[in-house]
Amino acid sequence: MNSTSVISAKNLNLTFETNDGPVHALKDVSLDIKKGEFVSFIGPSGCGKTTFLRCIAGLETPTSGDISVNGMTPDEARKARAYGYVFQAAGLYPWRTIGGNISLPLEIMGFSKAEQRERVNRVMDLVDLGGFEKRFPWQLSGGMQQRASIARALAFDADILLMDEPFGALDEIVRDHLNEQLLKLWARTEKTIAFVTHSIPEAVYLSTKIVVMSPRPGRITDVIDSPLPKDRPLDIRDSAEFIEISHRVRDGLRAGHVDD
Amino acid sequence: MNIRGIIPALVVVGVIFAIWTAAVIPMNAHLTADQAQRDGLVMTPEAPRDRQDFTGLTLAIKNPAIIPLTYTLTRPRLPSPHQVAIEMYETIFTKAPTSRRSLVYHGWVTLSATLLGFVIGTTLGVLLAVGIVYNRTMDKSVMPWAITSQTIPILALAPMIIVMLGAIGIQGLLPKSIISAYLSFFPVVVGMVKGLRSPDGMQLDLLRTYSANANQGFWKLRLPASMPYLFASLKIGISAALVGAIVGELPTGARAGFGARMLVGDQYGQPMVTWAALFGAAITAALLVAILSWIERRTLTRMGMGATA
Ligand SMILES: Nc1ncnc2c1ncn2[C@@H]1O[C@H](COP(=O)(O)OP(=O)(O)O)[C@@H](O)[C@H]1O
Ligand SMILES: [Mg+2]
Repeated sequence: MNSTSVISAKNLNLTFETNDGPVHALKDVSLDIKKGEFVSFIGPSGCGKTTFLRCIAGLETPTSGDISVNGMTPDEARKARAYGYVFQAAGLYPWRTIGGNISLPLEIMGFSKAEQRERVNRVMDLVDLGGFEKRFPWQLSGGMQQRASIARALAFDADILLMDEPFGALDEIVRDHLNEQLLKLWARTEKTIAFVTHSIPEAVYLSTKIVVMSPRPGRITDVIDSPLPKDRPLDIRDSAEFIEISHRVRDGLRAGHVDD
Repeated sequence: MNIRGIIPALVVVGVIFAIWTAAVIPMNAHLTADQAQRDGLVMTPEAPRDRQDFTGLTLAIKNPAIIPLTYTLTRPRLPSPHQVAIEMYETIFTKAPTSRRSLVYHGWVTLSATLLGFVIGTTLGVLLAVGIVYNRTMDKSVMPWAITSQTIPILALAPMIIVMLGAIGIQGLLPKSIISAYLSFFPVVVGMVKGLRSPDGMQLDLLRTYSANANQGFWKLRLPASMPYLFASLKIGISAALVGAIVGELPTGARAGFGARMLVGDQYGQPMVTWAALFGAAITAALLVAILSWIERRTLTRMGMGATA
């Protein structure tokens, strides 16, 4: 295990026992994620991306293998508030204002009222939602709701952000905009981000490392370290390098599909 | 409610009143003919016995003179709307609300039992729902009994409850409230179980990522999420509670309450009394539901869920 590894998985296996027999969701998954990396997981649906993220979060227990987060077990890491989790749906509570939603984890974790207010203001600015504190979720667009859910995950200062297809339900233009903002946020906060997507351009645009996965059993077929610079304007997607990486990802995805 | 919402409701009410008004003639024709004959009018056929062979409608057509009189019998088989209206006006507005002849007095007797029973039933229902949602054993054991309890006809059960409680010295308000509670707890259990279980896996997982405890999960997620379900149940529950209180007044010949008035009117041939009590009960139920709807709207709007509810 590398000393700068934030997330480290070794020979991780997870089998779900279902009524239709065992489902091998993860097979021999080994991966090191270093501090400050932006890692994307890409692969067809059912290849275990969500399951892997949930293992990191301690929401799922691997059948065998080791996984550590900040040198701790996922359960310990969760109690140490190591990560914020962003789900595919914003999942804001309709009965809470945007500000109220963002302070939900802070209330649960026992921050003082003053500290809650201060943190809510700070993360709302971070995701460009300043001024929307008193609005209710239904008064916001889908993209704004998802930004609020990211703010909620940032509010308690976890070093790691786990994001499971956070922009999957949004249209392309909004998604581009949010991707750009997410990169800025990552640069500013120096967080380690694990990001699930099934969009190749999204994965290549965002990541310093792209993990290609394939299903039945869910496994890693390729890990690509991106040579793209850290500063990425949207039009970097037209560069030769970008296109080359995209090709490699596509090839990786295709290779995983040979048995179909 | 806007004008567009009111018009269809008014049309329905109008149709019902029209049918009612029309039905008064055939329903009362025989009684009216007898009375008119006693008052010296000539009826066809003349023998009351022969008149029994005709339907009320035929009789009215043969003796058009009795048609207006069918609306003014003192002891009609079917009172006309205006007779019921007069009875209601007199018993509501011209009698002191403490008088036994006041419908307000009887209404309050039933209403107090209803409200007490509703509070007992709702409390019990919410507690049972929380138990069912948080405890596997209760989930398996309580729900089948709750469902079974509702298959026993309340008309069979009510006298037993009243008599048994009477035997151990409990009378008056409480036995009726227990029947009210018995009828109103069930919709609350069903609605609250559904409401408390309405948060999806993702919302529960989100709380797990915060290491939230069960208490926080209840107060911050499950309870607020169940509010729309709770209000839907409460509106059914309060109507059921009113029915329960009235049913509780019927079997023992209670001396006060809407149920008692219905019985009295029936037994002493005063249909206006029965009908006034019936309408009193219906209006009370409508008011109770309207009050709950108002509280529901206010609460959900304040919770930010007004737009969806
Ligand atoms: N809780 C579960 N019980 C049974 N099978 C599951 C469960 N969660 C996921 N799976 C199965 O595991 C496999 C991987 O799922 P998932 O990690 O959600 O894939 P992805 O996120 O890549 O689409 C799928 O075949 C899925 O059906
Ligand atoms: Mg998934």
